[in-house]
Amino acid sequence: MEKKAGKPQISERRRFLTDVAYSGGLGILGGLLWAGYTEKAKSSPLTLRPPAALEESEFLKTCIKCGLCAEACRNRPANIDRDTGRPRPGTLKMAKAQDDVTIGTPYFIPREVPCYMCDDIPCVTICPSGALDVAKVTNPKTGELDYKMMDMGLAVVDPNSCIAFWGLQCDACYRACPLMDEAIRLEYDQNKRTGKHAFLKPVVDMDACTGCGLCEKACVTEKPAIFVLPREVALGKPGDHYVKGWDKKDQERVGNRVGKDVTTHDERSSKAPQDYLNSGNLLGE
Amino acid sequence: MKWSNIKYLVLRRIVQLSLLALYFMGNWYGWKVLQGDLSASLLLGKIPLSDPFAILQTLATGALLATNALVGALIIMLFYGVIGGRAFCSWVCPVNMVTDLAAWLRRKLMIDRIERKIWISRNLRYYLLVIALIVSALTGLAAFEVISPITILNRGVIFGFGAGAGLLVAIFLFDLFAVKNGWCGHLCPLGGFHSLVGKYNLFRVWHTSENCTLCMKCKTVCPEVEVLNMIGKRSEFVVGKECTNCGRCVDVCDDDALGFDLRNFLSNPKGGNQ
Repeated sequence: MEKKAGKPQISERRRFLTDVAYSGGLGILGGLLWAGYTEKAKSSPLTLRPPAALEESEFLKTCIKCGLCAEACRNRPANIDRDTGRPRPGTLKMAKAQDDVTIGTPYFIPREVPCYMCDDIPCVTICPSGALDVAKVTNPKTGELDYKMMDMGLAVVDPNSCIAFWGLQCDACYRACPLMDEAIRLEYDQNKRTGKHAFLKPVVDMDACTGCGLCEKACVTEKPAIFVLPREVALGKPGDHYVKGWDKKDQERVGNRVGKDVTTHDERSSKAPQDYLNSGNLLGE
Repeated sequence: MKWSNIKYLVLRRIVQLSLLALYFMGNWYGWKVLQGDLSASLLLGKIPLSDPFAILQTLATGALLATNALVGALIIMLFYGVIGGRAFCSWVCPVNMVTDLAAWLRRKLMIDRIERKIWISRNLRYYLLVIALIVSALTGLAAFEVISPITILNRGVIFGFGAGAGLLVAIFLFDLFAVKNGWCGHLCPLGGFHSLVGKYNLFRVWHTSENCTLCMKCKTVCPEVEVLNMIGKRSEFVVGKECTNCGRCVDVCDDDALGFDLRNFLSNPKGGNQ
């Protein structure tokens, strides 16, 4: 083939290097966009997952989005309507693109359909990937499934909108709780406003509550005054600086920490305290 | 229209739609024939099946998977690796119906005849496959699974459609107006994965060059037209790994020059000749 004069020749090496740069550049461009979208897709901190779900970031890695849990939930024998013979809406939903939950992953909204905490936990036993981990709801002593070990979230009471905190009589959440007197108990208090009535305040036990959301579903206020949040959202963390000195278990919590050097170093650190406290102008005059 | 001209097309639609129907009944009526979705299923309430590419991405994130998911992926890999080839794409995948419709409309509206400047390499899907695995590893979330129109359509049928349906419209329009067989033939990394898995399967289309009248009907309908490079030249198997075994070429051929047959690797290690 004759080359036209004046036209720069493209050698094999140049073609190869350009091709590499071209595909590399486009690959990085596409990869960055894709990774950006994927990062965004997994940021949904308020999601309530099915029972026995792994910690959220591990769950997102492991869940294969097959929906077997949602189907098992919907078609569990207890959920079949006796009149029609057809299943009612299940607790677990599969996230769609517009939901604020990673697409295709299972979640539930307690105010719509709470978790009824089945004895046989069908959603967990059917999971093929291990994103719902049977071990998390298996009693280590008996080796049997234990619905009390479920941990989907934690119920939180808003005392401002809870009418029981106003002094009105309401124990809807307390009675709806499948672990009555364990997960929710009523705290009796004097109503000083009337002088002759009692408050029956619902109080959630952090350890016993499974986050099933039956309380949220039962709550009588317009927007529920008791609601389930993921534990990471609902709970604070005291950190290692604070410890209950009277509690052996709490001491173990901080006992194992690896201490860092927390001494403050500044200009004065090289001198002994007596030196700068006894000499110089402390008031800066 | 003769039965022999639509045989495989009709069979494929029956298979595709029955699978969707079984999944649908699995969720809505608790049928235990086929539960779950195309990412992972339970066949007859016992046999686990799972999408090996989804599993591969999940492994790339560093997840520790339970055995059921891994066994399911192995079963699917064996099936397509030995028997089906890339048949997932044309016999199972629901998006195939969307893109086939776009391709058909494209032919009817003669959009193909108008020259287009958009060119995409058919190898792009293999790059996307690799990028999908890298992005999965970086972000800790199976990257293709959150954008895959296949799972969006599949889950849409089973659990109800959401805003993700827009992606399917986008793919339809892309295939119709932008690039011929754009999604399935150029971009889809799952298709690329199945091309690699099914490279050495047994069932393939055999071309009898002596019968060929060079009418080129097969090349008009083939979604992976590069694999038909032997048409009218050599009698051999369609060995290209991108062939989806859809059988559309067999359907449209009126000269008995194309038909399914078993590859014999014993007499020919490459499997190209009978």
